[in-house]
Amino acid sequence: MLFLRQLAFLLSTLASVLIAGTAFAADLPALVGGLTAGSFGDRETAVGALAASGDARAAPVLEALAAGQLYVRKSDNAVLIGKPDGNQLALTEAITGKPAGSGSEAGLDRVRVNNRLRGIIEAAVGSLTLMSPDPRVRRGAAEALFKRRDASSLGALDTALAAEKDPRIKRSMSEARAASVLASDAPTAQKLEAIALVRARADRDSLGVLVATAASATDPEVKAAATAAAGAVRQTLAAWEAAQNVWYGISLGSVLLLAAIGLAITFGTMGVINMAHGEMVMLGAYTTFVVQELIRTSAPHLFDVSLLIALPLAFVVAGGIGILIERGIIRFLYGRPLDTLLATWGLSLVLQQAVRSIFGSSNREVGAPSWMSGAFQLGQINVTYGRLWIVVFSLMVFVALIVVLRKTPLGLYMRAVTQNRPMASAMGIRTPRVDALTFGLGSGIAGLAGVALSQIDNVSPNLGQGYIIDSFMVVVFGGVGNLFGTLIGALTLGVVNKFLEPYAGAVLGKILVLVFIILFIQRRPRGLFALKGRSVE
Amino acid sequence: MITRFLWRGMDRNLRLFVLLVLALGIALPVLNQFVPPGSALHVPSWVLQLVGKYLCYALLAVAVDLIWGYCGILSLGHGAFFALGGYCMGMYLMRQIGSRGVYGNPLLPDFMVFLNYKELPWFWYGFNHFWFAMIMVVVVPSLLALALGWFAFRSRVTGVYLSIITQAMTFALMLAFFRNDMGLGGNNGMTDFKEILGFSVQADGTRAVLYLVSALALALGLVISAAVVGSRFGKALTAVRDAESRMRFLGYRVEGYKLFVFVLSAAMAGVAGAIYVPLVGIINPSEFSPANSIEAVLWVAVGGRGTLIGPVIGAFIVNFGKTWLTGALPEVWLFALGALFIVVTLLLPKGVVGLWGQIRARSQARKARASA
Repeated sequence: MLFLRQLAFLLSTLASVLIAGTAFAADLPALVGGLTAGSFGDRETAVGALAASGDARAAPVLEALAAGQLYVRKSDNAVLIGKPDGNQLALTEAITGKPAGSGSEAGLDRVRVNNRLRGIIEAAVGSLTLMSPDPRVRRGAAEALFKRRDASSLGALDTALAAEKDPRIKRSMSEARAASVLASDAPTAQKLEAIALVRARADRDSLGVLVATAASATDPEVKAAATAAAGAVRQTLAAWEAAQNVWYGISLGSVLLLAAIGLAITFGTMGVINMAHGEMVMLGAYTTFVVQELIRTSAPHLFDVSLLIALPLAFVVAGGIGILIERGIIRFLYGRPLDTLLATWGLSLVLQQAVRSIFGSSNREVGAPSWMSGAFQLGQINVTYGRLWIVVFSLMVFVALIVVLRKTPLGLYMRAVTQNRPMASAMGIRTPRVDALTFGLGSGIAGLAGVALSQIDNVSPNLGQGYIIDSFMVVVFGGVGNLFGTLIGALTLGVVNKFLEPYAGAVLGKILVLVFIILFIQRRPRGLFALKGRSVE
Repeated sequence: MITRFLWRGMDRNLRLFVLLVLALGIALPVLNQFVPPGSALHVPSWVLQLVGKYLCYALLAVAVDLIWGYCGILSLGHGAFFALGGYCMGMYLMRQIGSRGVYGNPLLPDFMVFLNYKELPWFWYGFNHFWFAMIMVVVVPSLLALALGWFAFRSRVTGVYLSIITQAMTFALMLAFFRNDMGLGGNNGMTDFKEILGFSVQADGTRAVLYLVSALALALGLVISAAVVGSRFGKALTAVRDAESRMRFLGYRVEGYKLFVFVLSAAMAGVAGAIYVPLVGIINPSEFSPANSIEAVLWVAVGGRGTLIGPVIGAFIVNFGKTWLTGALPEVWLFALGALFIVVTLLLPKGVVGLWGQIRARSQARKARASA
């Protein structure tokens, strides 16, 4: 019985499509009027006619009808949509959408619906939007129909397919059609064709369609094909998931790289343990916050370039404080690495408390400029612009640092002092100055990292603490005194972390990585890429 | 013979100091228990609890000093051994609650009932016995130290690398203990203890005894450390600190020396933690936080590393300052703590204990210059 009704509806839809020329011309008020009168059967026909009209204005009317919010005013038979507003109803004209005051239900007749009509309306709304002039709405409708898998939408899809020009939307529609075919009782050959189409789509929704088909199909051939296709889609999905994890891992790795790369300079080339390194990152993040606050209050049009303004400032602030630290504390402690560690830890406490006293201990909000918000799909990988920029930025910082070390006089002096301090000094290099500048450079880069991290982490006085142990792990894992080791170390740890997460959970994954590094250091105490040398310690 | 060995390890100052600790350990509970509350000599219970806490910290500081001051290994993870000892004690105390918990389950502690545990996890077995828990208090931290030290010392991980590894270890443990699936109370840890060996944990009398125990433990820790440090073994240990490679070339098994003292120190830290837990009545994963371990190192640095009296004095000074400042001027505390780290490393490498010597050396140098 139900099926016959559906068939009747289909036929009526088809019929009205055949006379689409006239249907388009038919005036909407008459069609809407048809909704409110007559038997349920008549109304079904009216719904079909409305669906065939392809008029976007009809969609809200049908939705209101399905929700039981369509009314007829007793006084003038006007069709109205009434949304509950306290005890009253806020009324709008059904077709034009103009507000029509408010009223109580007393003066109105609610247009009654039953469940079957509701189902038909839903399909009708879907097919109505399939004909929408807006390509995005059409695509959305096709996607919705794909997920719904309703045989009754076949007719509408066929019509829409015939009219569609855009190849991408056409593809979506034919996939939706295939899903609908699988839900109908079409012949086996058609179903197999449909399965092939759905399989080619290979995403989570198509897996749902295939699994449902495999479960419900009576034809063994269809069942086998659907099962096989579901398996294939699962494999594809797993591959995409792995790719997504790699991306997440690279993204995490780039954050680690940013945090660790400054440390690689101070720890790696100078042998100085700077426990306040995380606080340099934090200072960079707070610099960003201050810059954004100033821009917000005095020059809002500059907001999109706020990060670009913050970058050099963060470098100068963190680098300057770094030089002060080196001149004020660390230079007295050369040759006593453990004491350096303790003193800089104390310094980190002071810096944290200072920031807490000035800015308060709550999280500060740092906004994202427009070019950093949003996301796009790469295949089935979801890439946010913010993360993408951070990856790009960290690589840029890395390259810039390599260039500084290899191509500038400062880099030359730094390497000379690292390799042989007395000899460098004897050649006329002012080693204390080089020390201060090296430390300033490392701290400045931490400040740059802070600008980037302000986009993805909470800007609070504790921001740096969360990174310090991870950064040390990266440097130690990669090999002290080797920047490429730091790069590889950061990316490896990032990817490993993200791959462990789905199996072990975020926290346990992190623990496993720490244990792994502890064990790894036993095997290679000098890290992945150890500097070859003759130094005893 | 053992007593003579222990006694001989100490110099005159240390003997006096241990006697002072013991005297304090006996005097305060007596003044608390037997002097009526109105009297000027009466010591209130909260003082007893506070000083007891400091005594536990002091024992932890002695443990840190044993490996840092005498063997040159800076462990930034001793808080982990302290906390592990505390957790072992906590597990015993949890089992003693029995059916008096909120859910009234005779076998499972409250948090397990809350998390829908059906039966006791295997590692909880045995902790209803006091003697078993006491063995575990020593064994668990020792085993961890043994495993970590064996790996680390064998592959000659030294200096700051070892410091960072130990810090990573305590950080990893903190993350692990914060997990609810760990079966050890998750982020709430363990609390609401009822009784220890049949005595109510809340009672003043029990507190007094616990205080006495902490003083005894500290005295014992000092005596054992002194014996170790004063022996031939201790001389070799100091030599390892000052010239590890030379000792190795002389034919000493450096790893063995380091490993022994690392494990001993971890066990002492575990005992300190075990006494600490019933005194304060709670143990939770934040005890594992790296900041705690590094603070313990500061106590040693403030008091004077490489001496046995120093860490005790340092632990008392810093913690008294902490109690006072966090109450009076909470804003200032972290500034003060941070500044203390810097000042001590820059200006007081020998700590408070070495201050007198430092001043005397300077004045002598001045005199020598004046006479020259």
